[in-house]
Amino acid sequence: MTTDVGLGEPQLVTIAADEDVVRVRQLVRTVAVAAKLSLVDQTKLVTAASELARNTLVYGGGGGAEVTVVDSGRRKGIRIVFADDGPGIADLDLALTDGYTTGGGLGLGLSGARRLVDEFDIDTAAGRGTRITVTKWAR
Amino acid sequence: MDRVPVLKIGDLLLVSIQVDMQDQTALALQEDLAERIVATGCHGVIIDITALDIVDSFVGRMLSSIASISRVLDAETVVVGMRPAVAITLVELGLSLDGIRTALNVERGIELLAQAREPETPDDLGIDLDLDRFGPATS
Ligand SMILES: Nc1ncnc2c1ncn2[C@@H]1O[C@H](COP(=O)(O)OP(=O)(O)O)[C@@H](O)[C@H]1O
Ligand SMILES: [Mg+2]
Repeated sequence: MTTDVGLGEPQLVTIAADEDVVRVRQLVRTVAVAAKLSLVDQTKLVTAASELARNTLVYGGGGGAEVTVVDSGRRKGIRIVFADDGPGIADLDLALTDGYTTGGGLGLGLSGARRLVDEFDIDTAAGRGTRITVTKWAR
Repeated sequence: MDRVPVLKIGDLLLVSIQVDMQDQTALALQEDLAERIVATGCHGVIIDITALDIVDSFVGRMLSSIASISRVLDAETVVVGMRPAVAITLVELGLSLDGIRTALNVERGIELLAQAREPETPDDLGIDLDLDRFGPATS
């Protein structure tokens, strides 16, 4: 267990400005390398994290990302929780549709991030903020 | 905020993105490039993304915008140096990068721009430049 980098200890990044999105990307990359994800899987996870961190900032009005190395017993993975106390998402199906945006984006952040990770869970409702949990497992 | 330098090399503008850009930096680059195209009268832009370990929907949109804006300003854009893991991730994210020309590296990018700019070749004009005919007469 001594070689497990950061296993079980969550690392938190506060997301309050543009440069914090960069910080989330860098932390997720470092942890993904340590957890021995393949290069393609690292790239997918960092890209998904970038999308979700930006949403936390732009739509959630800021919040945080918590990065944890997890172990299923069989393999290691990385879990990231993005949380904000913003307006929440009233129509989740719509928000998860490719191309849907209320902010003049490409509308690929949520739907694309979901495709790029192994597990994707959203807890949100109008007026209740948004909490998105994603996991990527090492193969 | 970092600013990405735009270099003029001959008739070309070269942008080599070396930092993990925050969103404002990407937007500033888009504006800087448009101004430099007009100021220099350059007809070709090469954007080297060799150093980028991810391209998310924001940067993808910036690349598309740069390509469209430069086209309107009579310049052609080529994006070079995309890493394989980035290409794989882009496709899964759902980004098509429509209308963006790509090349393997800066050298190929320069070739592509030169071809795009070249007046029609003699072949296209239907003229058969058979140089042998002007060579020494054979007996
Ligand atoms: N954390 C969030 N809080 C509130 N709304 C959100 C949040 N994340 C996403 N959304 C909503 O979902 C839509 C789609 O998001 P996304 O797929 O990332 O596309 P884009 O960022 O290009 O708009 C957003 O336009 C926004 O309306
Ligand atoms: Mg988004």
